[in-house]
Amino acid sequence: MTALLLRDLKLSVRAGGGALIGVLFFMTVVAVIPFGVGPDLNLLSRIGPAIVWIGALLSALLGLDRLFQTEREDGSLDLLLMQEHPLVLTVLVKCLAHWLGNGLPLVIASPLLGLFMNMDEVAIGATMLTLLVGTPALTFIGAVGAAVAVALPRGGLLVSILVLPLAIPVLIFGVSASYAAVEDPAPFMPPFLILVAITMFFAVLGPLGAALALRNAGD
Amino acid sequence: MTDSLAISKFSELANPTRFLALAARILPWMAAATVILFAIGLYLSFTTEGDYQQGATVRIMYVHVPAAWLSMMCYTVMAVSAIGTLVWRHPLADVSHKAAAPLGAAFTLIALATGSLWGRPMWGTWWVWDARLTSVFVLFLMYLGLIALNRAMDDPSRAARVSAVLILVGFVNIPIIKFSVDWWNTLHQPASVIRMGGPTIDQEFLWPLLIMAIAFTVLFFTLHTMAMRNEIWRRRVAAQRRMAARMAGREA
Repeated sequence: MTALLLRDLKLSVRAGGGALIGVLFFMTVVAVIPFGVGPDLNLLSRIGPAIVWIGALLSALLGLDRLFQTEREDGSLDLLLMQEHPLVLTVLVKCLAHWLGNGLPLVIASPLLGLFMNMDEVAIGATMLTLLVGTPALTFIGAVGAAVAVALPRGGLLVSILVLPLAIPVLIFGVSASYAAVEDPAPFMPPFLILVAITMFFAVLGPLGAALALRNAGD
Repeated sequence: MTDSLAISKFSELANPTRFLALAARILPWMAAATVILFAIGLYLSFTTEGDYQQGATVRIMYVHVPAAWLSMMCYTVMAVSAIGTLVWRHPLADVSHKAAAPLGAAFTLIALATGSLWGRPMWGTWWVWDARLTSVFVLFLMYLGLIALNRAMDDPSRAARVSAVLILVGFVNIPIIKFSVDWWNTLHQPASVIRMGGPTIDQEFLWPLLIMAIAFTVLFFTLHTMAMRNEIWRRRVAAQRRMAARMAGREA
């Protein structure tokens, strides 16, 4: 399992991996927003957490279709399916590796983008914390979509369509927790804890569903 | 004893010819029941008094509420069929949840559209992003995603198994829709018919609403059976076309 984790990490970081492209896409999306809404710093600081979250959501979706597809292309997916370890654990480890390669860079890049958005320190910290907790849920939900679409030649767009509706609760609670940290009357903890609960819930349901879909999607 | 009989009856239906025979037998009755129930329901909904505040617009309720219930029931039917696909590999379950997805999308669209028309005079806006409306909209998107997934795959049995997984994962949305009005403060009113301690809605509105709800349910099952029958026919035609193409290739 550790070997699988390291192998996936190396594959995603080294040449040809999508990890850095995800971060680049994230920065591009966020950098485009000021051109759309105008460079008003007050407005940007108000909508900043939401923009950073939407950017992270979109770029998390971007790399998802590669989660199982490269394995399928070179045949190692069949080896993973046939090995003795429970497939659910294998999928869980692959999700973790995918998150470390694609999700964690987004979290690390978010403070920089927060500065671009003229957010204050508390808002930046809250957004980073919610992203840290929330992006694993996106990966776990996305694993189901990626497993479902693994056999399709152009599955990328379909994965995004299938996964986005399920990812909406993550976005809602992530953004509301980020806002609650800045604005006084709303407490920070309830939405944050719900976000943690969503992540843990999908950490169970996501690999289960993905393993089930992978078994059935085989030819 | 009755249990095993029910199971054997159910697995007999795995033969599509038996299902087609059953469908041909019950469809006229179901269609007739739908027409009669709609006639009674529509008559009652147009003859009962309007609300003293809402006036005639309260009649939108008789379409909106049953359609919204049906949109959730259709997803539940699909989830049960998905379990049937994955656990028992029942071939009819594959057909069932594939045929139900467009119906569910249609009922959800009706619920959203009538709700929007009702919201304009009552709330002063076509659309608000509150929990109930948003979660129903998410349900609509999920129906469309499932239809897209089914269309993207060539092999029907693999498409059925894969979309069954997705249906089961998406089922988390159904309790969210049901309880969204209790968990969050929404502009949408809380449940007033199916609740602990009896309905709070007035008798005057309850009867037409219930009859319309039954009419919509029978309509759904009629359409669902028809759609399943059409899907079986479509697969047979496709199989025969393939066979004809193969024979043609052999003769040439």
